[in-house]
Amino acid sequence: MATAALADAHAGEHHYTSTGLNSNKIAIWAFIGSECFFFASLISTYLIYKGKSVVGPFPHEAWTNPATGKVMPAILNIPVTSMSTFVLLMSSLFMVLAHAAVVRGDRKYSKIWLLATALAGATFLGFQAFEFTSFVHEGLGLTTNLFGSTFFVLTGFHGAHVTAGVLWLVTLLFIDYKRGLGPRDAINVDICALYWHFVDVVWIAIFALVYLIR
Amino acid sequence: MATIVAPPSVARHQARYETGIWSWLATTDHKRIGKLYLYTSLLWFFVGGLEALLIRTQLWGPNGRFVTAETYNQLFTMHGTTMVFLVIMPFSAAFFNFLIPLQIGARDVAFPRLNAFSYWVFLLGGVFMNVSWLLHAAPDAGWFGYAPLTTKAYAPGINIDFWVLGLQILGLSSLAAAFNFITTIINLRAPGMDFMKMPVFTWMSFVTQFLLALSFPIITVAVTFLMLDRFYGTNFYTIAAGADPLLWQHLFWLFGHPEVYILILPAFGLVSEVLPIFSRKPLFGYSVMVYSAMVIAFLGFGVWAHHMFAVGMGRVADSAFAIMTMLIGIPTGVKIFNWIGTLWGGRLRFTTAMKFAIALIALFTIGGISGVMHSSPPSDLQQTDSYFIVAHFHYVLFGGSMMGLFAGLYFYYPKITGRLMSEKIGTVHFWMTFIGMNLTFFPMHFLGLNGMPRRTWTYDANQGWEMSNQMATVGAYLLGAATLLFAYNWFSSMKKGPVAGNDPWGAATLEWSIPSPPPDYNFAVIPTVTSRTPLWGADPGPGPVTYPAPAGNAAPPKTAAQLHITMPTATIKPLIAALGLGVMFTGLIWHKNMPVMLAGAAIFVASLYNWLLTPLEPEHH
Repeated sequence: MATAALADAHAGEHHYTSTGLNSNKIAIWAFIGSECFFFASLISTYLIYKGKSVVGPFPHEAWTNPATGKVMPAILNIPVTSMSTFVLLMSSLFMVLAHAAVVRGDRKYSKIWLLATALAGATFLGFQAFEFTSFVHEGLGLTTNLFGSTFFVLTGFHGAHVTAGVLWLVTLLFIDYKRGLGPRDAINVDICALYWHFVDVVWIAIFALVYLIR
Repeated sequence: MATIVAPPSVARHQARYETGIWSWLATTDHKRIGKLYLYTSLLWFFVGGLEALLIRTQLWGPNGRFVTAETYNQLFTMHGTTMVFLVIMPFSAAFFNFLIPLQIGARDVAFPRLNAFSYWVFLLGGVFMNVSWLLHAAPDAGWFGYAPLTTKAYAPGINIDFWVLGLQILGLSSLAAAFNFITTIINLRAPGMDFMKMPVFTWMSFVTQFLLALSFPIITVAVTFLMLDRFYGTNFYTIAAGADPLLWQHLFWLFGHPEVYILILPAFGLVSEVLPIFSRKPLFGYSVMVYSAMVIAFLGFGVWAHHMFAVGMGRVADSAFAIMTMLIGIPTGVKIFNWIGTLWGGRLRFTTAMKFAIALIALFTIGGISGVMHSSPPSDLQQTDSYFIVAHFHYVLFGGSMMGLFAGLYFYYPKITGRLMSEKIGTVHFWMTFIGMNLTFFPMHFLGLNGMPRRTWTYDANQGWEMSNQMATVGAYLLGAATLLFAYNWFSSMKKGPVAGNDPWGAATLEWSIPSPPPDYNFAVIPTVTSRTPLWGADPGPGPVTYPAPAGNAAPPKTAAQLHITMPTATIKPLIAALGLGVMFTGLIWHKNMPVMLAGAAIFVASLYNWLLTPLEPEHH
């Protein structure tokens, strides 16, 4: 939706606007406001269902399967996810640097930092893919228990948002290679950055509430 | 984003989109999109009304066997879903589209193509949900679709799948439209029109867009959980897995109560335009009107659990939600007094639009007061799930929303079509609607207090319910006849009605300063605004006592090209993107057919990219 709004891009550029602000920027803020309620609903559901699963595996405690007698350790791997969290947080820094490079018309560094942001996002997604497959391997699937359903759907939706962001960044990078991004494109990079930082902030909430708080 | 220079063939390409069916499929003009919304919701209004008539026929007498219990469940579910999501919301959207840019002095909305996309997605959602009738599998669990009742274990058929996916699609449409209108109102107001000079309809719409943008994500999440439960076996609503049986109710009503204000605020906005014009007085307490809408929107997110008093949330929660519910009655009551204050001492003209607007004040007050009655948990426990509730929300939604929308339709008909609707037929339509409405829904109060449960397929004789049910059925048929008469009036006046001219009512706001119907660019010169009633100056004046003489053969307004105004290019890409979504959801409901889903997603993403990388307007070099 946000990208669709971004579509009708140059509306703000050579038309009068009441606030003097670019229309795309207002639309992306409205979109982000809406997304807050989207993620708030997902996170609340996770928290409401925390500790309500009838069978394991569980996020923070070991569980013995009464049928097989097999002991399943706590499933969340906090050190690994801390690393992916660090990578995602760093991507926000790269995004800021990319925007700054576009603002000053620095073709070289705009490409470097856009690429770095996209790569950091892709790395985060790689970590997530690794995490998901190892969980499934350990016996936690989407349908296993309430924890599985809420965890995969919450982090999965976040991952989908990161994926959309990476596609957006790659598109900007592609345009940068094709005709170069200059100061007049700064607003579009700015809007992508707003989205990217938002997705980042949501992850901070998820990481704190799902991984760190027991 | 990227500005790729439009190929020289664009002009030729565009000519194809100026007339005929293509001009509608490819339109990005907010007025055309508004009309598309209007006619589509009128169509669904007939479908939803037909469902209501079948319900009322079944309930005519005790032990009725006109339809089976299964069909009856489908009828009341689809009647509710249709009237909420496919009639009142898109009727309001028709006015958002047609009026907001005109009222704020803009040439279009901020994102014309996204606007077209919203419409096509809405159309798709409505068709998707109603296709279920052809398969004899219409949704059958009530418009609120309570889980776990709607999970696969209790509703194994395809019925609920249509409902779940249909709501997903409609949600996308509403969200896209909300971002669009928020941006439009913030950013495209004419010079001088600061927020407190905006017409009240625009204000009410503005508040509604925030409600849409913030409440639809919640229903999207609730419905996504249900979709995943039904299609992929997750446990969100599986009680055996430890799920909370109230999760759906909380999420649904957290959306559902703001939704109530989404349905009523646009109608409030319309009557706030109609009443001052036919009282020849500016709206009484403009700023109180605006702030009370904001208070309603804010409190609207804090009253959802009054729909759930019967589940036993405990005294603290019950009391808190009861108090919040009583509180929200205050800003709503304030609006009623503002309208009465507007009428007070005015030079009243009882046009059809005015009659409908005054009917809203009266009927909404009745619905509002019965609403305050069930804000008290002990009282609510007597009324919940009875016909009293059915009476209450029909007074709010028919007596409120529909009356307001009819007022708006009569008032803005000349602006939309260029001609006036017959006031004679309009008056008959009004009285038939007013009498039919009260005859249908007033007896339901007594039915409910006498214990008739809502959603009941049939009832036994000798419970004292026959008489009231028969009155309601007669009333419903009267409403059906009234609506047919309205449709006749609408279409016949388009040819026979007197030519309206710019401002047949002597109205005050910008939309009346331009020709009717407005040219595609709306304003040849963007106006500068200095007051809330720019066309009235210091004093509203007596206004036209009779209709003005037809404008005759006035020269047609100049075209955008003659005036060198650049308008958005027509394009069918939004339609194709919406069709891609349709293919995707069809694949999902069609045994989770992965290739079809992926094909749909590919069409959607490809047309989105194509649309994103094409400039909105033709380039000038």
